[in-house]
Amino acid sequence: METILLLAHTEPDGTLAKPALECLTAALALGGPLTIGLVGARVEAAASQIAGCGAARFLAVTGEAFAQPRYATDTAAAEALCRTAGSSIVVAPSTSRWARALPGVAYRLGGRVDTHATSLAAENGAPAVTRWFYRQRMEAVLSRRERPWVILLDSGCVAPWSGPAGTASVEPVAVAVPETRTTVTGVRAPKADEQTIRPDAKLLFVAGAGWTKKQSDGAVHAAEAETLILGFLRAAQASLGGSKSLVDLSGEGEAVLRFMTHLNQVGQTGSTPRHPKGLSTCCHGEEPHVVGWRFVNQRRAINLDANCGWARGKADVLYVADAFEVMRHVNRLLRA
Amino acid sequence: MSTPFQIAVCGSIVPDPLQTLEPVVGPSGPSLKNEMMLPAVLDPWAGHALFEAAHLARSTPGSKVWLVSLGPKAKLQQVMMTVAQKVPFELVALDGPASGFTDSFETAAALAAAIAAIPGLDRSRLLVFGGWESASRGAGSTLQMVGERLGIAEQFQGVDRVTVGEDGGLEILERIEGGRHQVSVCAAPPAVLGWATGDLPEPRNNPQIGMANMRAIMPALQRAKATPIPNTGLSFASVSLPKQQRETRIVKDMPAEEIAREIVAWMAEE
Ligand SMILES: Cc1cc2nc3c(=O)[nH]c(=O)nc-3n(C[C@H](O)[C@H](O)[C@H](O)COP(=O)(O)OP(=O)(O)OC[C@H]3O[C@@H](n4cnc5c(N)ncnc54)[C@H](O)[C@@H]3O)c2cc1C
Repeated sequence: METILLLAHTEPDGTLAKPALECLTAALALGGPLTIGLVGARVEAAASQIAGCGAARFLAVTGEAFAQPRYATDTAAAEALCRTAGSSIVVAPSTSRWARALPGVAYRLGGRVDTHATSLAAENGAPAVTRWFYRQRMEAVLSRRERPWVILLDSGCVAPWSGPAGTASVEPVAVAVPETRTTVTGVRAPKADEQTIRPDAKLLFVAGAGWTKKQSDGAVHAAEAETLILGFLRAAQASLGGSKSLVDLSGEGEAVLRFMTHLNQVGQTGSTPRHPKGLSTCCHGEEPHVVGWRFVNQRRAINLDANCGWARGKADVLYVADAFEVMRHVNRLLRA
Repeated sequence: MSTPFQIAVCGSIVPDPLQTLEPVVGPSGPSLKNEMMLPAVLDPWAGHALFEAAHLARSTPGSKVWLVSLGPKAKLQQVMMTVAQKVPFELVALDGPASGFTDSFETAAALAAAIAAIPGLDRSRLLVFGGWESASRGAGSTLQMVGERLGIAEQFQGVDRVTVGEDGGLEILERIEGGRHQVSVCAAPPAVLGWATGDLPEPRNNPQIGMANMRAIMPALQRAKATPIPNTGLSFASVSLPKQQRETRIVKDMPAEEIAREIVAWMAEE
């Protein structure tokens, strides 16, 4: 039978975030004996949070050196936990921290790794991983003979584990802090009122290059576009996505939407966010953009062109209309 | 003045993203229908890595850039015709699959061996660049394993900017959750950097750079070693296209105000 290790790192407040709890659900569903491996400055809060999950063993690597995400220290901690647990399957959430380090750990263990798993199922006693290839264009189910097999699960694919807190007995795993030439100096974030990426938002609002193009009066209305979009984001608490054409324009310093960066880009060379709903505006809906909508369930689009990409089975509803006009009304209704 | 860098950019080719892709499953595993006929491009994030490498090399005299590519030789040659016109680099080619279905563990072994074999490479000045994820496998695992095989434990992924400090240290911005960047300083090479979009626009084609590059690229392609990737122990139960094609309701001639009401009502639905 497979033995399972769930690897989780704590958040700055010492607890486990949703992606780790989702992974716990997935790890429990595999059915084998479960060990929890925790990494962080301190892990008491995290261990208490999931004490009642039924894990056979709790292991932890702790200390200030393991507070911050950093390849050298994260790989050392994760490697030690994997070696101590000796599990054949290692499941971890696909956070930026683990995604940066665990493939390297798989190599050190002589194992294999699969990332961006969207589902994890036990089939004939062995796990099978579902993941997408070619930027969400096709979905495959795969399995591996090599062990340990490290699997990073994408967030939003299973319900987070929930259960009563308690007290877990945690076995410390000693790790010599590896020498590193890297110092983490901080986090650069947009100012709170410019924060436009909200991974947990119910709605993704996508702005395309049309917002910056000449309109029916022959003029560009970038300032109004900015006001309408920001007004909507604030009122709806939506997350902002952009097409490549729009974010590239912003990057080239043209008079466009100042809050748009490459981080907002959705699609082939952008992100593939998960939201229950998405509203596309002034975006043509070309395939390299729409592959980024794979995990957006309900989709609507506003475009002047009745023959744009969204019309061809990519959106549930296409409103053939002027997005400026529609969004003015939408904002008024949301304010009311 | 900074000490020169030796930058090995790992990057291969992928089908042009405007193409429709269809999987086929054969006896040796999955592949793409008409894979060898599909027009290919340099993997986009690896392309950003190459342009950033060239920029860093240009601003640090004495630096050098290699592009290390595992792909079918004939397709590599086609793509190099364009890529060679962008920035100066030397090609290290390996003749093997560029498929998304090849395993990153074995791919990394091939790439690391190719980098280690670069004549005269100064490993203490080495920066291994690449895209943080490919547009084919999209795993973000190859570079980490290349770094491990080369003994490099200073690694960064989702990099959008590198700034060389007065003391030669590298300040690196990596993408993290919620549209933010983690900032780190790596005191010195060697290091592995998996690039996201970076800061630079795609360079214009420069036929002179193209001609200079091609003189070394053609012999490099001729030397390309056959590099099979057997996918040991990996099996695919299925590969399929998403079923869902939506029945799009196209709404024409509805007043903007009414559309707005419909959208607001839809947003409020659970
Ligand atoms: C290698 C590669 C990678 C790529 N990666 C990505 C990616 O990650 N993401 C991405 O988005 N694209 C990507 N693309 C580009 C993609 O193919 C398209 O070029 C891009 O998505 C077009 O952006 P757009 O729809 O905003 O702009 P446009 O094609 O210019 O469309 C603008 C739209 O706005 C509409 N419009 C104008 N005014 C109004 C108005 N008042 N009201 C309503 N509608 C209006 C127009 O009808 C038009 O449909 C990639 C391309 C390549 C080659």
